Amino acid sequence: MEAAPAIEVTDLACAYEDRRVLEKVSFKVRTAEIFFVIGATGAGKTTLLRNMVGLATPVQGEVRFNGRPFTGADPAERREMLKTFGLSFQGGALWTSLTLSENIALPLEEYTRLPKDEIGRIAAFRLSQVGLSGFEGYYPSEISGGMKKRAGLARALALDPQIVFFDEPSAGLDPVTARNLDRLILQIRDTFGTTIVIVSHDVDSILGIADRLIMLDVDARGIVAEGPPAALVAPPADPKVVDFLTRRTVRS
Amino acid sequence: MRESQEQSRARASARTVGAALEVALEGAWRLQGATPRWGSVILKARPPQVRLLAEGLSYWDTSLVAFVGEAKRWCADAGVACDMESLPEKLRLLGGQFADSLSKGARSDHSRSLFEEAGLSTIEAMTQGRDFLQFVGECWIAAKRLVTGQAGLRLFDCLGEMQKCGAMALPIVSLISFLVGITLAYSGAIVLIRFGGDIWVADLIGVAMTREMGAMMAGVVLAGRTGAAYAAEIGSMKANEEIDALTILGISPIRFLVLPRVIALGLMMPLLALYANCLGILGGMAVAYSVLDIPPAAYWVEMLTIVDLPDVTVGVVKSVVYGLIVGLSGCLRGLQAENNAAGVGKAATSAVVTAILFIIVADAVFAVVFHAIGL
Repeated sequence: MEAAPAIEVTDLACAYEDRRVLEKVSFKVRTAEIFFVIGATGAGKTTLLRNMVGLATPVQGEVRFNGRPFTGADPAERREMLKTFGLSFQGGALWTSLTLSENIALPLEEYTRLPKDEIGRIAAFRLSQVGLSGFEGYYPSEISGGMKKRAGLARALALDPQIVFFDEPSAGLDPVTARNLDRLILQIRDTFGTTIVIVSHDVDSILGIADRLIMLDVDARGIVAEGPPAALVAPPADPKVVDFLTRRTVRS
Repeated sequence: MRESQEQSRARASARTVGAALEVALEGAWRLQGATPRWGSVILKARPPQVRLLAEGLSYWDTSLVAFVGEAKRWCADAGVACDMESLPEKLRLLGGQFADSLSKGARSDHSRSLFEEAGLSTIEAMTQGRDFLQFVGECWIAAKRLVTGQAGLRLFDCLGEMQKCGAMALPIVSLISFLVGITLAYSGAIVLIRFGGDIWVADLIGVAMTREMGAMMAGVVLAGRTGAAYAAEIGSMKANEEIDALTILGISPIRFLVLPRVIALGLMMPLLALYANCLGILGGMAVAYSVLDIPPAAYWVEMLTIVDLPDVTVGVVKSVVYGLIVGLSGCLRGLQAENNAAGVGKAATSAVVTAILFIIVADAVFAVVFHAIGL
């Protein structure tokens, strides 16, 4: 029997402030896959992500993680499942009153019985993984935007999650830092077999590391294309997808 | 000079040539100058054809684009042929875009009828009430889990909050309570002097401060100082997705953010209220000594004839409740804040208003209850 997909979304309908932005969205994400959700601004990418992880309640439909239903699960079960995934927020969303080390330590303090010094060591290790060694005692207000994102990723990885979601990881980053982040994502997947879901419209990132992707569209209120990026731009391809993924400049 | 100004003025003159109405556009059309409007050129005319000419045009910007766009729109609506061949190509193109935007930009009507407004307000009030009850319920459950040992409290956070809302509020509470004591003493003295009962100022201040004003003033000060800070702090955390970051980790924001703050206020408020009582009594004593010539010892002894432990208890009980009200209002408004800078400001204001409103309501309820049980 084939193993259950890491994520299975069935007939999901999502609303943003009473306005339906997505209807009947269904897709599967395989374990250890780097899966992109792409689409133009306003297509509902972040809304889909928030509905998938339970930060918003879907109007209808269901989300399953490793075969277990998440939408509609009771709070205790939900909490158990939440422990198995991490979310890297667009702006990092670090807790401003805590240092970077304390930010990463908090989930460990909540869910493990490790002694404090051990937690401190793990936090330092996580920070070194994202290239932030030596910044343990810094507060979020004392570091740059790119560093905040990386620290947010370190926090998302704190509990060794099976699935990590990224909301616009390269937004606001320079191309070099963005590629470094891509490398880091790839490394995480290759090392830990983590399933990665990335909401993004950074074409370089998509073409660089995506295994598969879905493209959302405002007019279709749902998925207009699904598959590996190379297959999606090969003819006969949807012009919208080609437009998105091939870099035709305004002048050309 | 005047002539050149006259020439550069934007003009649109209409004349009938055969079946067509020719509109000659002349001069410099500037957005920041006076330009003719299409409506004032066409008036009530209904020609079978309109032709726009631009021979005498020296300069044009969006003002002329708007004119041409409106002309095109008017022609389309009235079913009149519109000849714009002699206009510059860019102007034709932009005018066409302007006309399109006119037809697309149907204004959304935000006005509502009285019934709609009443209905929406009712729903809004019900939603607010439901949110409030849900929030209090969640806090209650979190507190129960804390007491039964099912969940821990971040003690360090709680101590930090206690320092912020307690110790650091001492200067402002001191000043306000002392001044309230003085004001009460002066007001009381006006009446009491007439009956030769100056010394009763001590009784008046003693009872008023311990039963009412100590807790009330501490409550109001903390509503403005701490409640607003809580709302702003939690509101900006929400805008910064920090609350979502907690939720996604399965950590309840109520337990992590609300409980330490509410517990800190619930513990600190009675201490602040007792302190406010002392300062208020001191303020009264200062007036009694300096204005009414009552020695402090006499004032103290007289006050003790009426102020008893139940009076102090009444004040302390009230202050605990006021503390919870301030803490809950601040945190609730913070969690309800919209995800933007304006939302944070609104949350802070709303937290103060909510806290003071509920403090007054609670005070009225206390007055009735304490009277009924003879306290």
